[in-house]
Amino acid sequence: MREIKYEEIVKSVKDMILYSATNLPKDAYKAIQDAYDTEKSEVCKAVLKQILENADIAKNEARPLCQDTGLAVFFVKVGEDVKVVGGSLKKAINEGTELGYKEGYLRASTCHWDTRANLKDEVGYNLPAIIHFDIVEGDKIEIEYAAKGGGSENVSRATVFPPAKGRKGIIEYVKQVISDAGPNPCPPLTVGVGIGGTFEKAVISSKHALFRELGSKNSDPVLESMEEELMVLLNNLGIGAMGMGGTNTVLGVHIEKNPCHIASLPVSVNVQCHSSRHMHIKL
Amino acid sequence: MSKTYHLTAPLSEADVVQLKAGDIVYLTGVVYTARDAAHKKLVDLLDEGKELPFDMKGAVIYFVGPTPPKPGDPIGSAGPTTSYRMDSYSPKLINEQGLRGMIGKGKRNQDVIDACVKSKAIYFGATGGAGALLARQIKSAEVIAYPELGPEAIRRLEVVDFPLTVINDTFGADLYKMGRAQYEVFE
Repeated sequence: MREIKYEEIVKSVKDMILYSATNLPKDAYKAIQDAYDTEKSEVCKAVLKQILENADIAKNEARPLCQDTGLAVFFVKVGEDVKVVGGSLKKAINEGTELGYKEGYLRASTCHWDTRANLKDEVGYNLPAIIHFDIVEGDKIEIEYAAKGGGSENVSRATVFPPAKGRKGIIEYVKQVISDAGPNPCPPLTVGVGIGGTFEKAVISSKHALFRELGSKNSDPVLESMEEELMVLLNNLGIGAMGMGGTNTVLGVHIEKNPCHIASLPVSVNVQCHSSRHMHIKL
Repeated sequence: MSKTYHLTAPLSEADVVQLKAGDIVYLTGVVYTARDAAHKKLVDLLDEGKELPFDMKGAVIYFVGPTPPKPGDPIGSAGPTTSYRMDSYSPKLINEQGLRGMIGKGKRNQDVIDACVKSKAIYFGATGGAGALLARQIKSAEVIAYPELGPEAIRRLEVVDFPLTVINDTFGADLYKMGRAQYEVFE
């Protein structure tokens, strides 16, 4: 059984949070640059230029890209042949999150659902982290992290269709969700779509789809063609950068699928703003 | 065609009636931060007949909850939050208290758009997710009310050439609708 020290996980998580808050990933930066190059609206071009300048300032001056430094979301794959020593894995991820958010002068955004009181003293600074665990073969721990802002989360939607709705129904639904969202989620967007499974499986898949590299191709040819079709349809909505009206509304559409129950077709759309802060490590 | 203006806050009626949806404004002067929690407290004060913590006449409110400042900085990253959460409060502040400008991102409802027409106020958009860039234009920040709200406390900011786009003007126009109509492609 391979052993990983608790402290190593705390430090890795903390470093990931600090780096992600101020460094826009290369795939996102390039996708925004491409949008800038092709944008037909002068107003949106100016917005996209500000977004790129903001990324440069954030990186050079180590300042958070956005004041909404998000809730910390993790997908963690734990190998069956690896053991954390000196504490629990869940605790280590939460401790790394708290340290990262504090040291980076990031915002503590978790609050009580009803009183809306900030939980930084009661639970911890920007805690709890949202963690999705999976057990896999091997002796590694793989951690995918994203800082998920509220504006784009607020426009995300899920439903369960009858099977007859099919591909056409899914495409119409995604289009409606993005159309209704308009300027609110800070376009240009990454659109994560989860299809199939149970209700919650589709939702989690739509979240995980956002972690995929922008510009990468789907390994499933049917989903790849749906992604291409949706890219065109969503950009045709004319929403544009920050909703000012333009030709670049989405940077990417990422779809994940799951086998369904014979009676249902669950669909979830999780929206990511242009400040797509995500990172991936293997320990 | 869109025009560019340099204006100083607080704003007068004459300042804002010249603006049209799509115009660019570089704003200098004093603006106050407030998100939903602070708006609720402000409106509660008015309902109780009490005085507001700052003079609303001609004021500009920025919908923002900044990150904590690093040592030596006036403020952390400070981009706009989504504005619809303030829709139920803004009309009262505009119509009864003389609020003249709001800075945020995203759609407003018809009540806000109508209040902007009736009482001559402007809804400005700033670029969401450009918190590091926008913070550079903020020269000072002081918490003046509700420190217990943390990032949502009311702050008095001094800004210089803060880059804005007019979304809703005093004539009822909406840049989000106009812009989209121009670029939407129907199959």
